[in-house]
Amino acid sequence: MTTDAFPALSLVPKADAPQSAKDFKSDQEVRWCPGCGDYAILSTVQSFLPDLGLKRENIVFVSGIGCSSRFPYYLDTFGLHSIHGRAPAIATGLATSRPDLSVWVITGDGDALSIGGNHLIHALRRNVNLKILLFNNRIYGLTKGQYSPTSERGKITKSSPQGSLDYSFNPVSLALGAEATFVARTIDSDRKHLTEVLTAAAGHEGAALVEIYQNCNIFNDNAWEPLKDSDTSDDLMMRLVHGEPIRFGKNQEKGVVRKSDGHLEVVEVAKVGLDNIISHDAHAKDPGLAFALSRLSNPRTLENTPIGVFRDITRSSYDRLMREQIAEVTADQGAGDLQTLLLGKDTWAVS
Amino acid sequence: MSKQVVQLSRVVIRFAGDSGDGMQLAGDRFTSETAGMGNDLSTLPDFPAEIRAPAGTLPGVSAFQLHFADHDIMTPGDSPNVLVAMNPAALKANLNDVPRGADIIVNTDEFTKRNLVKVGYETNPIEDGSLEPFKVHPIALTSMTVEALKDFDISKKEAERAKNMFALGLLCWLYHRPTEGTVDFLTAKFGKKPEIMKANLRAFEAGWSYGETTEEFSIQYEISPAPMKAGTYRNMSGNLALSYGLIAASKLSGLTLFLGSYPITPASDILHELSRHKRFGVMTFQAEDEIAGVGAAIGASYGGALGVTTTSGPGVALKSEAIGLAVSLELPLLVVDVQRGGPSTGLPTKTEQSDLLQAMFGRNGEAPVPIVAPQSPSDCFYAAIEAARIAITYRTPVFLLSDGYLANGSEPWCVPDVSALAKIEPNFATELNHEAADGTMEFWPYLRDPETLARPWAVPGTAGLEHRIGGIEKADGAGTISYDADNHDKMVRLRQAKVDAVARSIPELVVDDPAGDARVLILGWGSTYGPIGAACRLVRGEGKSVAQVHLRHVNPLPSNLGTILKKYDCVILPEMNLGQLSMLLRAKYLVDIIGYNQVRGMPFKSDELAAVINDVLESM
Repeated sequence: MTTDAFPALSLVPKADAPQSAKDFKSDQEVRWCPGCGDYAILSTVQSFLPDLGLKRENIVFVSGIGCSSRFPYYLDTFGLHSIHGRAPAIATGLATSRPDLSVWVITGDGDALSIGGNHLIHALRRNVNLKILLFNNRIYGLTKGQYSPTSERGKITKSSPQGSLDYSFNPVSLALGAEATFVARTIDSDRKHLTEVLTAAAGHEGAALVEIYQNCNIFNDNAWEPLKDSDTSDDLMMRLVHGEPIRFGKNQEKGVVRKSDGHLEVVEVAKVGLDNIISHDAHAKDPGLAFALSRLSNPRTLENTPIGVFRDITRSSYDRLMREQIAEVTADQGAGDLQTLLLGKDTWAVS
Repeated sequence: MSKQVVQLSRVVIRFAGDSGDGMQLAGDRFTSETAGMGNDLSTLPDFPAEIRAPAGTLPGVSAFQLHFADHDIMTPGDSPNVLVAMNPAALKANLNDVPRGADIIVNTDEFTKRNLVKVGYETNPIEDGSLEPFKVHPIALTSMTVEALKDFDISKKEAERAKNMFALGLLCWLYHRPTEGTVDFLTAKFGKKPEIMKANLRAFEAGWSYGETTEEFSIQYEISPAPMKAGTYRNMSGNLALSYGLIAASKLSGLTLFLGSYPITPASDILHELSRHKRFGVMTFQAEDEIAGVGAAIGASYGGALGVTTTSGPGVALKSEAIGLAVSLELPLLVVDVQRGGPSTGLPTKTEQSDLLQAMFGRNGEAPVPIVAPQSPSDCFYAAIEAARIAITYRTPVFLLSDGYLANGSEPWCVPDVSALAKIEPNFATELNHEAADGTMEFWPYLRDPETLARPWAVPGTAGLEHRIGGIEKADGAGTISYDADNHDKMVRLRQAKVDAVARSIPELVVDDPAGDARVLILGWGSTYGPIGAACRLVRGEGKSVAQVHLRHVNPLPSNLGTILKKYDCVILPEMNLGQLSMLLRAKYLVDIIGYNQVRGMPFKSDELAAVINDVLESM
């Protein structure tokens, strides 16, 4: 793959020589629990980063707090492990002031959606040039097993012995509601799909939110198992491909239609005819279809779960807009002169 | 008719009216003309937190005080010689501050039965004799303004709104102020509304002419220019000076200025000002909240910018965790706290010095942070540069503790020659700095400079220096995660030692004791410099001795402070809090300190501080 595939990274310096996954492994011992889904994501990211062809020193991973937020320590790039929920805010300052960097945010369902919910939605609406990887395991891992904002209602945990009362967030719906210009979902164990989605995110100008279904084998094992088990996954999960009819099932027997009242429904293709199955349009300006797709899944049974790129539209990134505004003002008024500024317009002389 | 002209040495004028009456504007213009005359001056705006409280009520009163003189002055003045009261509320709210014999100009048109009742006057104070101790000038400001503007094609309401210009014109006549500046100002301000512009100019002229012709004022006053050191001067307010100081620090260091900020009174003007200066490459980011403001600033600093966040006390409380992160990351960061009355929302538009301990200790863990406090409005310029110097040189967050009084007050400022300002060297790391056991070179992000104890600032984009850092404790030198007990103990002490090391780079304090025999020292920090200095003059004027010293660096403290404190029999420390610096100094130096503490939302008055000094002198 050539770097031309990533016009959104045109300002980031290119590597002088081809890289391999090994170049992105740091010397730090990885300390996630054996069997954690984070290992698969780390390995995929390390293998994928060479595809970008960027200088390693111009890549930065910023994280908050949580199991996933240890991620930056294991990559031999610049890395900043910050405080709970604030990674999008910190990364906003970095990405806005440094267009020559490829900035990635690693976060989890607690970090991004509870304590950091405000920063997430604002980074998305501003279209800050960040690639946000949200590891969703539907549980608090590092604090040892409390329910999270994506936990299914009624979940029994240490802090909800009689079942949690909270209705959950759907991160994709939330991101779309926050005006995100790129929203996707993928799965930790599906290396190929994960790589495709990361590649699409990297090529996007501005904020990209990638929800990654990730398994916590200690506190919430097999939360996504029905989507991973080859016996059940085909029946539950639809793979969104831009321009293609939205079909799934073992024999592609199911499809998505738009009802007369506008909402989407999963039907048997044979009953309605293939012509009535809608095609995915990730580039639609209106987020309506993407949002409707995000609402199809059942958070408890995982039926009708779409994965892939829900939305990918073009809109100037925040850092670009800021640079352009500064350039415009400077072209208009000339570069600032400190002495002139300090003197102002209303002075008097004392001799 | 030529009138008698009397020379005065100094005058304090207070404009007071409803918050919609344009008193701040009238005050600003009078200040500008006075600055142009070469008088020394000091101003104190005092306005309500509400944008428009109900008209004519006490909470809606907005005031602007100006002290100007033919000599060097240090405060906006204790009590006004002239009060301009645009309505009964303004009279009632300010009368207690007006000394006997002072002039009071009242706008009689507003002293209607209804307006009097609104503020609890049972009878009209202009007529019931209660103002006998004062020289009252009852003037129908509103109706005379409307009369002067009767030929203009504007509504009665618009005509009435020009009454502040009538009052300004009158005061300009009374004190021999030039008028060209105000004419130019109004011409520019209302350029797009020519009829309103002409009406305001006419009202201004009408006020001036009224002074010249009326029998009400038989005397005109003159205040000669004050002798000042040679130079080019301008009038400067605290928030503006602070903004310019930040831009200057950016220039002096060659770093991009990145401001992450959330609007909050009384700090918002810095955000407004900096956002006007994009031609300096300034990046301003209005964040979603206080935490994002400081977070973005930290991110920008991590990338090699000068990260700044501006706020007031409640905002600092929200930013605390992030400031702790910056302490741990050891990155430059400026936290500007324009203090206001607290706790909680407190008094948003009033001044206080009650965030000192929050700045010192308001974080989890041992998280020392240097603190710089400007001492006057224009000093905010130099204090901002100094705070940036410390932040960049020592790779640390630095608190800049301004306050509402400094922020909105103003004074003449001798504009510096920028080429004479010292450069700030960021010294980015570019090289591997440590030899590993196997002889290869590697990069250690926490290998410190032996003199400053600062760590290398290696920004992304620097080949070979890729490294990972965070808020978890780091191994001394290598910077990798470390939970080792001895290492943590060492790192906590190193971070403290680094902040303490800043003291080696700041000048020793110089005590001001002209007689040289003082036994009492009066100490202060931040914005109390003016009132304390003026109080010392009063005391010394009576032939008594008192020594003064003022802290610009509140943490770490200048190295000779302990010696100074022990030299005096008594140390007085006035603070606009309940004794926060007193507590720190007692703990550090085991010296008793006589605190004088007020939290009234207003700066100290010099005669009140002089009385405090005199009491101590008499008790000795």
